[in-house]
Amino acid sequence: MSAVAPPVTEQPSGGASAAHQAAQKRRRRRNLLVGWSFILPNFVGFAALTLVPVIGALAISFTDWDSYSTPKWAGLDNFQRLWNDSNFWAALQNTLYYAAGHIPLTLVVSLGLAVLLNQKLRGVHVLRTAFFFPYITSLVAVAVVWNMLLSPESGPVNQFLTFLGIDDPPGWTSSQDWAMPALIITSVWRDMGYYMVLFLAGLQTVPAELYEAARMDGAGAWQRFWHVTLPGLRPTTFFVTVMITVSSFKVFDLVQVMTEGGPGRSTLVLSQLIFREGITQGRFGYASAVSLMLFLICLVITVIQFRMQRRSER
Amino acid sequence: MSTTVLRKDSTAPTDPAPAGPPAEPRARGGAGAAVGQIALYVLLAVVALAVLLPFIWMLISSVKDDRDVFTVPIQWIPEEFKWENFTTIWTRVPFAAYLGNSFLLSIVITFLQVLTGSFAAYGFAKMRFPGRDLLFTGYIATIAVPWQAYMVPQYVIMQKFGLVNSYTSLILLQAFGAFGVFLMRQFYLTIPDEISEAARLDGLTEYGIWARIVLPLSKPALASLALLTFVNTWNDYMGPFIYLTDNRLWTVQLGLRAFIGQYDAESAMIMTGSVLSLAPVLAVFLLGQRYFVRGIATTGVKG
Repeated sequence: MSAVAPPVTEQPSGGASAAHQAAQKRRRRRNLLVGWSFILPNFVGFAALTLVPVIGALAISFTDWDSYSTPKWAGLDNFQRLWNDSNFWAALQNTLYYAAGHIPLTLVVSLGLAVLLNQKLRGVHVLRTAFFFPYITSLVAVAVVWNMLLSPESGPVNQFLTFLGIDDPPGWTSSQDWAMPALIITSVWRDMGYYMVLFLAGLQTVPAELYEAARMDGAGAWQRFWHVTLPGLRPTTFFVTVMITVSSFKVFDLVQVMTEGGPGRSTLVLSQLIFREGITQGRFGYASAVSLMLFLICLVITVIQFRMQRRSER
Repeated sequence: MSTTVLRKDSTAPTDPAPAGPPAEPRARGGAGAAVGQIALYVLLAVVALAVLLPFIWMLISSVKDDRDVFTVPIQWIPEEFKWENFTTIWTRVPFAAYLGNSFLLSIVITFLQVLTGSFAAYGFAKMRFPGRDLLFTGYIATIAVPWQAYMVPQYVIMQKFGLVNSYTSLILLQAFGAFGVFLMRQFYLTIPDEISEAARLDGLTEYGIWARIVLPLSKPALASLALLTFVNTWNDYMGPFIYLTDNRLWTVQLGLRAFIGQYDAESAMIMTGSVLSLAPVLAVFLLGQRYFVRGIATTGVKG
């Protein structure tokens, strides 16, 4: 990157005079003012409504505060309560369950689609659009349609399963055991197109010569995928994995609209617990403690993934 | 290293490389390749159909009679088409008002996000001043923090200012996001600095360079940001759900959700509403698909 300071027309005479230095100083100050003036309109909103709340969440988690009272310092009380709250453990467990299903499935499906659609085929753009389409649809519509598709009595999915010879098809969102798989299936269907686009962008960066060389060495399609595509995609795969992971830990809308955490609390997830405690019940302190947990989990996972990435590069 | 591994099982390197490498790997020559090609097409067509099936089913159900939605076996072609579903729904729910609200919110938020985002991005990409990089790191870092982790303090702030149950809260929350800054900065970095330096020599101020040179050059990025923001705002459920309690302010997503709760049994009508809620987004998406996908590919960050 080159310096962006406005270049002054070089003065051939004089050398670095005091006047020159003063001019430079003035220019730097001007740059600071002008630079900030660009950022300021966005920064004011950003600071007030993102930066302050992020720091606020941390502070509030150490207080006893509901929507009526004034905040009182509570030390680690909220965290102690968290430890003894079975809802918290259920939400944590459900979130992990969701992540364990959502992450690998989305990764494999979107990578597979990207590799298939990276070829020169007629109509490939139409297909890409088709796979991408679920991602732009609203969650409410998605939830409605999938809830109906998966309806236990005569939903199309269970009709199909019965047709395949499965006598006792799952109850999906009405069953404690199957509600989470239903959410995972729906979310993979919805998100795969988005990550497919990221993988497709990554595939463009794998040099074509490498494929050519591998082919000359007699590598088949599978070997080319394993020895050329995957190594070449490593930075993309890393990035996508981090993103899928973080997004799966903050899953919220889909659960809220499709199952509302039920049946029972079988699909209650962490971000929903935050919503219920914080906004519905007005227990700001406790909700912020749960928020902090969610944040820490995302942070730890991201750090671990970065570490692994760096090690594999060595 | 890996080439030796590959060479080991190369039994007969039959086809020599043709002049000029093809842009993408592809099976080539022979009947086997043709069969492979056809198999690939069939596979892709089947998968695409499976992916689109929920939409197809939704469309078909939207013109059915309520009792025909869940027939066994499924009627892929309805016995009678109830087109009037699309006219009666407007009288059942204030759908037109919901659509209008969604448009209003989406357009205002998109406009502000694009304006302040592209303006700030200029500062981050094209100006040099102390503290710039630290500030930008702060922006990036908050993109990685899950929104749910700070939605409670946000709500408290809005409550203190009496902005809950108003569009102001939603506009403020979504118009100044870090995402727009990030996306626009990515693009500005690809514009050579020489262009702005030449403009400076010609006497343009930094604001002039932003307005008259950088902005016109970044039309594709602006389109990407605008489309992504519009679709995200249109589809947003939780924001309006948390902040808008007054029915008159409701967006399409809230209206649809409430409709489902209220008229549980009217499956066909619910599908009609879903189709209507998707139609504007579909239109926007098909118009600017290229920019939409490019925006995602260049940033890879969700809005």
